[in-house]
Amino acid sequence: MADTLLILGQRLAEWCGHGPAIEEDIALSNIALDYVGQATSLYREIAVQANEGKSEDDYAFLRDERAFKNILLSELPKGDYAFTIARQFLFSTWYYHFLEELEKGQDEFLRGFAAKSLKEVRYHFQHSRDWVLRMGDGTQESHQYIQTAFDEIWSYTGEMFKMSAADVLALEDQVGVNLPSLLSHWERIVSAVLTEATLQVPNSGWMHSGGKEGKHSEHFGFMLAEMQYLQRSFPNCQW
Amino acid sequence: MVSEQEIWTFLTEVEDPEIPVLNVVEMGIVREVRKDENGGWQVVITPTYSGCPAMKAIEEDVLQCLADHQIEPIAVISQLSPPWTTDWMTAEAREKLRQTGIAPPEGSSADKGLLMGVRRDVRCPRCSSVQTTMVSQFGSTACKALYKCDQCLEPFDYFKCI
Repeated sequence: MADTLLILGQRLAEWCGHGPAIEEDIALSNIALDYVGQATSLYREIAVQANEGKSEDDYAFLRDERAFKNILLSELPKGDYAFTIARQFLFSTWYYHFLEELEKGQDEFLRGFAAKSLKEVRYHFQHSRDWVLRMGDGTQESHQYIQTAFDEIWSYTGEMFKMSAADVLALEDQVGVNLPSLLSHWERIVSAVLTEATLQVPNSGWMHSGGKEGKHSEHFGFMLAEMQYLQRSFPNCQW
Repeated sequence: MVSEQEIWTFLTEVEDPEIPVLNVVEMGIVREVRKDENGGWQVVITPTYSGCPAMKAIEEDVLQCLADHQIEPIAVISQLSPPWTTDWMTAEAREKLRQTGIAPPEGSSADKGLLMGVRRDVRCPRCSSVQTTMVSQFGSTACKALYKCDQCLEPFDYFKCI
């Protein structure tokens, strides 16, 4: 989860200075900050648990592609604005329900993390939902853009509901989330909003997977290279 | 010997770096002041938002402020739970926000209607009109949204209810 948040945060931050309007530039940078902040909390806790003298920065900047377990959805290039919004909507809807379940688990830290993050994700969800409605039910051109985005991204949504070995272990220890059980809630909200936006819900067929096992798309290495450049070139550099 | 109460009073000198009219105690960012087992003081703070970039500055300002009052050793501890909520902001803090031109949070964070788009009226901090429109859910900082007043036509920040 920490990897997914960091990587999606990095992708969203690519919009900083390139947003279609200043308000959206700020909105996406804010959401990116929330994700990176949430990832930092998780990495910090992982560092405490692992007790190997590492910090959150070691996990973010000094690991290679295969060590990252983020879902493929999070690493796809930012695309056009419709693509970014479609991804944000599908992910926030899932993440909101994920956190609601995580909050019911047995781990005190994760419960606190979930309660904190839920407050933020409510706003992320609302932001992306508003844009899906506005684009879908907007002009013919905006409708076409957002529909194409949903069609393109749809085959990457399956991984959010697929249990990796780590997910299974977490669930057995009563600290994780039963991911397949989130699907019906997710489908209900996604289909309600897409319908209201006069959009077609894409047909579910074959789904991409592999990110959670460290098998990434070709885009990922380029992105990591840019994200990790400073720490790799100037090890231990500090602000 | 300094008391816990005195430390709380000293901490009211620490401004919120992004909203300097409020101090970190009024904001509800300082959660606890306590003694550790070695007799040093611990100040527990909580972030308003996970990605709040002001946290580092707040931590340093707390250390500096207490050092200025010759209180040491001091440790600042950051904790997530219970999550910060605008419900902790005092009425006085809300009024100070309004006077600076930032609309204070409306309603309670327990409101669930928000998720599917039910929104509360936000009052313009300048002319008090409720004829206002949200321009963007995200404003100049993570904790604020951008609004405009349809009555006096001024744009303003709204402190989001979380």
